[in-house]
Amino acid sequence: MNEMQLLTWARGTGLDFAVGIFLLGVLWRLIEIYSLGRKKDLSAARQAAGASGWHTIFRRSVPAEGMLKKSPVSYIGGYTFHIGLAICVFLFAPHIKLIQSLTGLSWPGLPSQFVDLIAVVTIAAMVVVLVDRINKPVKRYLSTFQDWFTWTLTFLPVLTGWMAVQHLLLPYTTMLAIHILSVELLLVFLPFTKLFHAFTVFGSRWYIGTVNGHKGVAV
Amino acid sequence: MSATMEKGVRVLKEVIDAPIASYFSSCVHCGICAEACLFYTETGDPKYTPIHKLEPLRRIYEQEYTLLGRLKKMVGLSKPVTDAELGEWQELVYNSCTLCGRCSAVCPVGNDIVYMVRKMREGMSASGNAPVGIKGAVNRTITIGSPMGVKLPAVKAQMKHVEEDYGLPIPLDAEGAEYMVMLSSMEIINFPEYLGAIAKIMDQAGKTWTLCSTAFEATNAGMQIGNSDLAKVLVSRIVDGAEKLKVKTVISPECGHAYTALRWEGANLIGRPFTFEVKHIIEVLGEFQEQGLLKTEGFETDKLTFHDPCQLARRGGVIKQQRNLMNMVAKNFVEMPDAGYMNWCCGGGGGASAIEEGEELRIEAFKKKKSQLDAVKPDRLVTACANCRIVLEEGLEHYQMDIPVVGLTEMIAEHIPEKGA
Repeated sequence: MNEMQLLTWARGTGLDFAVGIFLLGVLWRLIEIYSLGRKKDLSAARQAAGASGWHTIFRRSVPAEGMLKKSPVSYIGGYTFHIGLAICVFLFAPHIKLIQSLTGLSWPGLPSQFVDLIAVVTIAAMVVVLVDRINKPVKRYLSTFQDWFTWTLTFLPVLTGWMAVQHLLLPYTTMLAIHILSVELLLVFLPFTKLFHAFTVFGSRWYIGTVNGHKGVAV
Repeated sequence: MSATMEKGVRVLKEVIDAPIASYFSSCVHCGICAEACLFYTETGDPKYTPIHKLEPLRRIYEQEYTLLGRLKKMVGLSKPVTDAELGEWQELVYNSCTLCGRCSAVCPVGNDIVYMVRKMREGMSASGNAPVGIKGAVNRTITIGSPMGVKLPAVKAQMKHVEEDYGLPIPLDAEGAEYMVMLSSMEIINFPEYLGAIAKIMDQAGKTWTLCSTAFEATNAGMQIGNSDLAKVLVSRIVDGAEKLKVKTVISPECGHAYTALRWEGANLIGRPFTFEVKHIIEVLGEFQEQGLLKTEGFETDKLTFHDPCQLARRGGVIKQQRNLMNMVAKNFVEMPDAGYMNWCCGGGGGASAIEEGEELRIEAFKKKKSQLDAVKPDRLVTACANCRIVLEEGLEHYQMDIPVVGLTEMIAEHIPEKGA
């Protein structure tokens, strides 16, 4: 198989396979989790303004009182690479074209040089949070194989994508094929690892917000 | 696997619901919960990271409720939860967790970690892995009627003393009273002034109230140990008493966990909504204050600060009332850093204060309270939980800090003008 055949496979069969597993996996995991249900709360509710599941979904994106100072790398590094990833994935013109070809949906992208810069910032932020995971006793203590593995899964698509655009190390076609394959790997594993927080974060925040809302605690 | 262990694992399986599944699936191991836990911040030991305290429960979730986990279990790739492991986890789930809920308050993905610890205690208790200290408290509450072994005659004796000292009647089993007042044994034994304070406050407000001879103890060690069956027995006593006396409102005393047990868990434990309201005494005082039924005279002039009981403020939503009440009788009321919603626990809630072998750790964790107090240097410390009060007094004594601790209800009552004066 030469690099062109590899690219063709990655764009065709590989992509179909990965997207298929991703979609089925997400659906399966959502059902697996949320079909467990929960008991109705029979205690009398105390309503308070601004206390509900929906409020909490938004509010938890902001660090809790005093916590930014306690864990600045987690917050600043976390914000940077999450926003960076979103920009690289959804606002890079070639990605929008791909999404358009798959779904018909399209929106304006950002200039390529700007996305380039964002990719570099994202890569740097991810390296910083990795170093923090190695250095900070609590994070190191909590970390299992999955933490290192999912970091790698997330990091590779950004790195290879940026390298492909910059024509670094390998010929463009080869690097592009590797980039697409790394994304496919990410898609396949996302539903079954901690990366699934991308979906459950909303449910978790909603649950805790609802419980607090029931008690009249606005957080 | 022993029969009790089997039961423990079964219970751990049963307590897992959609929120818990969602929480475990959302955790990214960021470790921010550790920074919110006084047992971690004061010891620096990462094993006290709140989410780590749930590791056995997480594995049960993974092995029983996820496709991949079940596959791994089938081919023998997963590590089963053992009795020895749960034994090892006792320190993490009880001694070093007061169910204070700061971890739940800061988790960026919204995991209600303390909700899960409460659930995990059900399995710990069923598998025989709860600490001896809390087991004793539960046994005494079930057989004698209170965790400290207080019986009705002791309550009656205190009632008599208080009636003589205050010149006000202490009604017992008065049917149709508006309020049924609950006590914690701590108040019956150590702080009888609380009962006198209630008598004065109710007298001034012109409200009818009563104690109940079959339900005077509000604390719920069944909830603290994590045994819903026993917690239900204890709550049922109060429900039966309140319904027999046809009261409108049951007043939870100055005790954080009694409030959570009755206000939020109670109806769920007995499986139906209550026919009466449940309010913490501070909520009742807040209402009296708003309605103009609470009138005080004079002010405390020394520097006072307020320690928010976790179950009242963070887990109970009562935050403003105590501040309005403080300002009603105090000229020099200062707030500690992190006061209110994010206040730090005394270190002895959730049954932890009943665990003898946890004392050293508790004293270590108290350094957090010490630093909060050092920041404002108050003359006295006011709170609204008898258990906090005892734990605070122990910690203050250990660190040789001369700061008396007082209950807010009593302090308010001291400012109620004498009748006819």
